[in-house]
Amino acid sequence: MERPHRVSVVGRRDVLAGGGAGLLMLALGPGAFAQDAKGPPANPNLYEQALDKILGDTKPLPGKITFEVPEIAENGNTVPYAITVDSPMTPSDNVKAIHVLSMQNPLPHVASFALTPLSGRAYVSSRMRLARTQDVVVLAELSSGKFIIGQRTVKVTIGGCGG
Amino acid sequence: MSLRPRIKLPESVKPGEIIEIKTLISHIMETGQRRDKDGQPIPRKIINAFRATFDGQEVFSATLYPGTSANPYLVFNMKVPGPGELELTWVEDGGAVTTERVKLNVAV
Repeated sequence: MERPHRVSVVGRRDVLAGGGAGLLMLALGPGAFAQDAKGPPANPNLYEQALDKILGDTKPLPGKITFEVPEIAENGNTVPYAITVDSPMTPSDNVKAIHVLSMQNPLPHVASFALTPLSGRAYVSSRMRLARTQDVVVLAELSSGKFIIGQRTVKVTIGGCGG
Repeated sequence: MSLRPRIKLPESVKPGEIIEIKTLISHIMETGQRRDKDGQPIPRKIINAFRATFDGQEVFSATLYPGTSANPYLVFNMKVPGPGELELTWVEDGGAVTTERVKLNVAV
């Protein structure tokens, strides 16, 4: 499958090197490592675009997200996942939304979920496509306006996205 | 749209209880990234939105992208406010809507 737009500021190998590098990248925020690049990227990175669209100027913090996903997915077409965010889910203190982004899919956005106090628990489970081994990022948007972030690496044996 | 969604709810619930709602709808979730035999792009056709309301009140909603697998499966929770009707809606690219309504069997 052609992926003409998959151009990353950070080398792909750096991302694949481990969650540590990826996590650091996210902790610094998208702006921080854009400056490290040798000149501007030839193509805007779709993952960062998706991230920016969700976060705006907010910096996500690590927080109480339980992100259950297999370490090794044999079939990238259907990778189950479950996300739980620690929250009382009251009208004054709740999780407004949960976003799921893949770092290396041709289209990074997997899904966004909107929750309400009627949800009772900040939980969602679904299935995603993963084109290859990569990190998957979860962002939880709190009623306070803050974002918390979680991340997991998933090894994919057979890539999804129906290529 | 003749898609037959499947919905799984607990058989009986109590007010105030947090229940799990499981839904699945049959759909290819065509990503728009694939090409046919002649090299022509196959247009995107996915379920792009899902919404759950209880007696008109928003419970949970989802915006889905091509990164979500075929036959989208969604599990979420609801804190049962009391007896009422759950309405689940799926929206496909192009605007076709599938709606299911389920009365919740609340033991008071």
